[in-house]
Amino acid sequence: MATQLTRADVQKVALLGRLKLSDAELEAYTQSLGNIIGYVERLNEVNTDDVEPMVHAVELSNVFRADEVRPSLPRADALANAPKSERGFFLVPQILDER
Amino acid sequence: MSYTVIVGLEVHVQLLTKSKIFCGCSTEFNPDHPNVQTCPVCLGLPGSLPVMNRRAFELSLKTAMSLNCQIAPFTKWDRKQYYYPDLPKGYQISQYDLPFSLDGFLEVEVDPTEGTTRRVGIIRAHLEEDAGKNLHDETGHGTDSQVDLNRAGTPLLEIVSQPDLRSAAECKRYLEELRLLLTYLGVSDCNMAEGSLRCDANVNLHVHQPDGQDIPTPIVEIKNLNSFRNVELSLEYEIKRQFEEWQKTGKRLGEVSKETRGWDAARGATFAQRGKEEASDYRYFPDPDLVPVTVTEEELDRIRESLGEFPADRRKRFKEGYLLSNYDAAVIVDQGAELASYYEEVALGCGDAKQAANWVTQDILREMKERNLTIGQFPIRQPVLIALLGKINTKAITIKSAREIFVDLLTEGLEGKPIEPSRIDELVASKGLALVFDVVELDAVIAKIVDKNPKAVADFKSGKQAAVGALIGQVMKEVKGADPQRVRQMLVEKLSQ
Repeated sequence: MATQLTRADVQKVALLGRLKLSDAELEAYTQSLGNIIGYVERLNEVNTDDVEPMVHAVELSNVFRADEVRPSLPRADALANAPKSERGFFLVPQILDER
Repeated sequence: MSYTVIVGLEVHVQLLTKSKIFCGCSTEFNPDHPNVQTCPVCLGLPGSLPVMNRRAFELSLKTAMSLNCQIAPFTKWDRKQYYYPDLPKGYQISQYDLPFSLDGFLEVEVDPTEGTTRRVGIIRAHLEEDAGKNLHDETGHGTDSQVDLNRAGTPLLEIVSQPDLRSAAECKRYLEELRLLLTYLGVSDCNMAEGSLRCDANVNLHVHQPDGQDIPTPIVEIKNLNSFRNVELSLEYEIKRQFEEWQKTGKRLGEVSKETRGWDAARGATFAQRGKEEASDYRYFPDPDLVPVTVTEEELDRIRESLGEFPADRRKRFKEGYLLSNYDAAVIVDQGAELASYYEEVALGCGDAKQAANWVTQDILREMKERNLTIGQFPIRQPVLIALLGKINTKAITIKSAREIFVDLLTEGLEGKPIEPSRIDELVASKGLALVFDVVELDAVIAKIVDKNPKAVADFKSGKQAAVGALIGQVMKEVKGADPQRVRQMLVEKLSQ
């Protein structure tokens, strides 16, 4: 049972990912993403009735660390990649007041 | 036309860990020094990997078990994706379809005087990370917002109640009981001023129709309530607003999409927030950077043993064991574990639980409030109060004298002097407050005062009972430390002769 990926699906995913796609790109991605989904859907042909769902590729569980404080980055390093910063803060384009 | 109010609360509490949930940065509240508690993990830098804080998970288990939740034997973490400047990774690590706990309840005393309770269902509690903090330019002409990521990655427990709450006041009681439980357990300090406890409220009405049917109004979510007072006020406002809206438009649940509103405390009103487009599409998927957690029965048993006494059980025990009223038990227990333990030690030590309750609920709480002290800072410690109340019980001093000494001890303690039980004896002696049992001396003074006050005597004999008061005062002045009850009794006997 093949799922047909539509242009609208790709448009929605692009919006959620904050990607601006040209018409040509939209067309190309509808095609290529559709191919990927079609490829993965071949798995549907496998009988998985007796297979436990897998939540992780690594068969590990209960990996913890102790609650211990370790040194943080110097502030200058933390801010080093920020396009803009001021008085120790990251600066971002003004967030619109939600009122 | 009448209606029933339907409210469910989502409460976010910061857990009391030293370090963040997935990295070793400090969780200290540090608003004056932005971005000094960050690292590649909580900044969301490429290549960094989160590792779960064991203590955060254990505190979560402890809370969920205390809320009577089922603990899932298998749990995992998911990515909730949305864009906001305080969320550096572009997703929040949270729990979606397999939260670690489900289906519990909290008994809430909705009327502490009567002791009536309501069982509020808990849909789930799950463990996630907090976001950072955005600060907006207050001047109004700035173009940038500031972001502080000190808080990003602080462990947060989200506790989602069933829509079991029926009024704004009930919501406040639920939150108070929840906060008390969390502080008794020591899982959170619940400091609302520092944002350790935040609340969203989902509210709608079931409007009763003449034919017996109920029509549900559209659900509104009030976001980011940061005080119990604001929860109560915003709900009161919203309930009224929804009913008016329903009368105007007749729109019912399902006919309009769920609305998100904010609370403007200054205006005392909720306001519609810009609907985030596609906001509901968080595209959750399991976080491949974290592995699942399984919990064994042995671990649960170990945590169960560490839970200690819950506030509700303590109230019950105080009522039954010490014969306290609902009110007294609630006042003492609801102040927190430290005060309740202080009370209990004094009650057992002085052997008069009721007397101890009076002093703790009246004198101590009043002084704590007036002087802005916690019970831990209160200079009169348990052994001293036990000794003082012991003096009342043995009739060595009057309650009035005890109050006087209490204030002296408090003043001296606040001046930094060490307060020992022996100081009480010194004060009793220096102030001449020891009760006088010398009947002969009292008799003589009473006879003298009666002779000196023929008018008061005549008044009394003509039926003015109040006249005796002035005479008691004069006797007490001459014989410091006399028991006023006894003086009254002796005076009345004398005058009635």
